[in-house]
Amino acid sequence: MRLHTRFVALVSGLGVLLYTAGATVGSAQETHIEGVTGHAAAGKKVYRRYCILCHGPDGDGNGENAQWIDPKPRDFTLGVFKCRSTPTGTLPTDEDLFNAMSRGFVTTNMPQWLPLSRQNRADVVAFIKTFSPKWKTTKAGTPITIPPEPTLTVESILHGRELYQKMECWKCHGARGHGDGPSAATLTDNKDLPIRPYDFSSGSRFMCGVTNRDLYKIFMTGLDGTPMPSFADDIKPADGWDLVHFLRTLQPLQTPEAAIWQAWLASHANELKPIGPPGTGQ
Amino acid sequence: MRIRDLLLLGGVALLGTAMMAGRGGRGGRGAPAAGGTISGKVTFTGTPPKMKPIDMAKEPFCAKEHAAAPVFTENVVTGPGNSLRWVAVYISAGDQGSSPATETVRLDQKNCQYIPHVLVVQPNQPLDIYNDDPHSHNIHPLAKVNPEWNKSQPAGAPPIHAKWELPEFIPVKCNVHPWMHGWHVVLTTSHYAVTGEDGAFSLQGLPPGKYTVTAWQEQFGTQSQDVTITGTETKTINLVFKATPY
Repeated sequence: MRLHTRFVALVSGLGVLLYTAGATVGSAQETHIEGVTGHAAAGKKVYRRYCILCHGPDGDGNGENAQWIDPKPRDFTLGVFKCRSTPTGTLPTDEDLFNAMSRGFVTTNMPQWLPLSRQNRADVVAFIKTFSPKWKTTKAGTPITIPPEPTLTVESILHGRELYQKMECWKCHGARGHGDGPSAATLTDNKDLPIRPYDFSSGSRFMCGVTNRDLYKIFMTGLDGTPMPSFADDIKPADGWDLVHFLRTLQPLQTPEAAIWQAWLASHANELKPIGPPGTGQ
Repeated sequence: MRIRDLLLLGGVALLGTAMMAGRGGRGGRGAPAAGGTISGKVTFTGTPPKMKPIDMAKEPFCAKEHAAAPVFTENVVTGPGNSLRWVAVYISAGDQGSSPATETVRLDQKNCQYIPHVLVVQPNQPLDIYNDDPHSHNIHPLAKVNPEWNKSQPAGAPPIHAKWELPEFIPVKCNVHPWMHGWHVVLTTSHYAVTGEDGAFSLQGLPPGKYTVTAWQEQFGTQSQDVTITGTETKTINLVFKATPY
């Protein structure tokens, strides 16, 4: 009897020791998001309740549900993320991850996680950072500098249209932004899975937000892991806003850009050269 | 008594080897003498897959440039005598002092192809990527150990200055032109070669020592062989891959 009690005590003690050790290793990661400090140890519990079924116990996107859904859940072990305020090839900031989780990804199975408290979400972000060794060796990138949005004019939209042609966005996104450009059908992501470019004519929210500023960041940082590259080396920061203004006109939404554009088209439409391969009237 | 002697002998031998290895492992101990050479050919046995002609109709400029001589996929490129092209051959073990490389390596995107198809850089060696075509390309190295990035490069844009920090075999693609595939091979050793059509390679300036030579081919994987260099001799080896049609 006494031996048995001792044995149970020993095993329980060992168990507690192991559990604490595990918890200590996990809580090495912290996040700081607008006054909230997140801890990986607490985040692990939230992750195992809400995230594990898609993102998997190892954070590699191979949860039980993954086989049924498309696009696949993010593989956190790669340390590659779509929605960032940081340059291509760099890690996102804690805010980037927090916002992506809170916002969710429209047109995918990743919901908005607003029902979780800010503390919960900050904790989960801290835990997610433990899946990739990159977080131990590299710091998050430096967020890009975004100049203030200039006044919306039709000249801005027209210049944006020139950029859409010159930067060859139409090769994937199509002449009218329908996601049906000549290269659209063969696009694959970094796991060689088929992926479609954003269809502006759907009017759906962008992968990484809803505002003009979100749209600006998308093409100035690229969606890492996908075919969408960064144009930061090719488009001057101020010119980026012109492209944003033009892209809005491709959506079937009642935006200020669409209003100005429609008004201008009413009397000037025949001045426009079509978008597309050189030789189609360019 | 005998066992004790054997153990002592073994211990001394181990210590001796460790000391020798330690001596070789550090770089910067003066330039290696004009050393030995490991050379040879990379060949295959069996039936390799047939390379397919690439249809570049989606990029009319490139289709026109290749109209006279069609371009084929490059994952298995063979040559006379069953040789294999685009094989990276390098010292994978026993390297005694490779210093970091400073000269810039150049990658061209020309007529919708990566030239060269396989390039080797050492960690942090400057790599300049040029777009020689009159239309955009995007360069998307699918790195897993190094950071994965993706940049658009319009016609006439200045070269992209890149560098890779960690050893890795990185596949590179252009999303706009899905047939474009290349490799950036990041090696710590400065003793490497990429085979041409004749499958030949020559690794020179090797100080005496035991080396492992590895050949890497993108579809068939790796083949290795151990070679010992004692002086300034040339040792010839042949690295043979088993080719399969699929």
